[in-house]
Amino acid sequence: MSEIINLTILGGVNKEGADEPIRSVEICSGEIVGIVGPTGSGKSTLIDDIEQLAQGDTPTGRTILVNGQKPDANIRVDPRKKLVAQLSQNMHFLADMTVEEFLQMHARSRGKDEGLVSRVIELANTLTGEPIAPHHHLTALSGGQSRSLMTADIAVISDSPVVLIDEVENAGIKKQEALQLLAGEGKIVVVVTHDPVLALMSSRRIVIRNGGMVDIITTSQEEQDVCCKISEVDNWLMSLRETIRRGDIVEQVA
Amino acid sequence: MKLVVLAGTPGSGKTSVLLHTIKALMRNEKRPSVVKVDCLWTDDDQRFKRLDIPVHVGLAKDMCPDHFTIYNTEEMLRWAEAEGADVLLSETAGLCLRCAPYPDECLAVCVIDVTTGPNTPLKVGPLLTTADVVVMTKGDLVSQAEREVFRERVLEVNPECNIVEANGLTGKGAFELAELIRSGPDAVDDMLLRYNPPLAICSLCTGETRVARKHHMGVLRNLDGFMEYKGE
Repeated sequence: MSEIINLTILGGVNKEGADEPIRSVEICSGEIVGIVGPTGSGKSTLIDDIEQLAQGDTPTGRTILVNGQKPDANIRVDPRKKLVAQLSQNMHFLADMTVEEFLQMHARSRGKDEGLVSRVIELANTLTGEPIAPHHHLTALSGGQSRSLMTADIAVISDSPVVLIDEVENAGIKKQEALQLLAGEGKIVVVVTHDPVLALMSSRRIVIRNGGMVDIITTSQEEQDVCCKISEVDNWLMSLRETIRRGDIVEQVA
Repeated sequence: MKLVVLAGTPGSGKTSVLLHTIKALMRNEKRPSVVKVDCLWTDDDQRFKRLDIPVHVGLAKDMCPDHFTIYNTEEMLRWAEAEGADVLLSETAGLCLRCAPYPDECLAVCVIDVTTGPNTPLKVGPLLTTADVVVMTKGDLVSQAEREVFRERVLEVNPECNIVEANGLTGKGAFELAELIRSGPDAVDDMLLRYNPPLAICSLCTGETRVARKHHMGVLRNLDGFMEYKGE
């Protein structure tokens, strides 16, 4: 369903109320953009501004334009028309219902077919260890299971042209697979991250300091080469982790 | 005078949302005033006073706090007028889900905490179903999917309401709520409640403390739902 769109972030103010140095960022379909910066610097706040398509009405005073224009009020709030899917830092569900009931209700709220529920669970189970079943209670899922379910839910039910991801690496799930699943075809992906692989997989990264956007770095060829190398290391680490999880013995140094 | 009646369960974030909304109203050159009604004790007035606006506390003590709010509405409007305000924000104690202390000519705002789970909107009753604006708080603590499911449930019971997603910590939603207040109705004389308070007048209402059934009189409802009048 991903229609071709582009987003423009117009700069607002930092935590001191001074104009942030970056005044405008344009992001096009198919682009992955990273957001980096120290913890507490305001990365999640930028993600939130994009999620609500802020119109100078959030504490940062930023404005988000869609295709160069002010978006309709409807697009901002109605889940059936929403352009933005968000995977936040939350690792747990609080709703007291089964996985199946919850996904059916979410599909309804997004105006989607309730038949998508089994597809979500199937996908989630490719990202996590112990499988999730439809009759499981949401609140009893582990952190990794919850995160996998949230990820699959976004890929299938909240299938939107803009995907915002807040620190997928902390989730105990397969992060590169998760990113691929979420990015789909031709979507705008904005990912908050401290992870070098994910940060360098993006084409550009916005640097946040003290609540403001202070720089935009384009990933250089050299950085892309580094990214390939650390991906290998990362995959090796991941396979070791799997070996240990399975209860097997680690036999050789690659 | 714009009258805003803000209700919602304790801890849902009414005061925090109001504090940010007051700042947004003041930026738009409105002159807000606040009456905070509580049952026995409150120190919320200290938080409002820091914003340098007229604040009045009402403690309902032995009276039902929602009945107290309704009974004192005229008095509150007179006080706000005398203070030179053009918006009266009346924050209720928010204990009982049965009473909805909203007059017809006010902006009725129900504040509800998303972390209480998506079945909550079905339990809240007239407090939610007769509100003009439903403010969903603490949405940052749950996933987007859970917020959307919650929103769907609110619209199931109150399809006409405006939903504002607010955050009492960051001030998200305050601007939107302030705009709704600015375009809200002006209070008039002879207002009517949107929903009747509970019907029963029984001996408990007049101070009976004995539990045994034989001591009770009035309009009473049995556990099985049967309602009867017992008395002379």
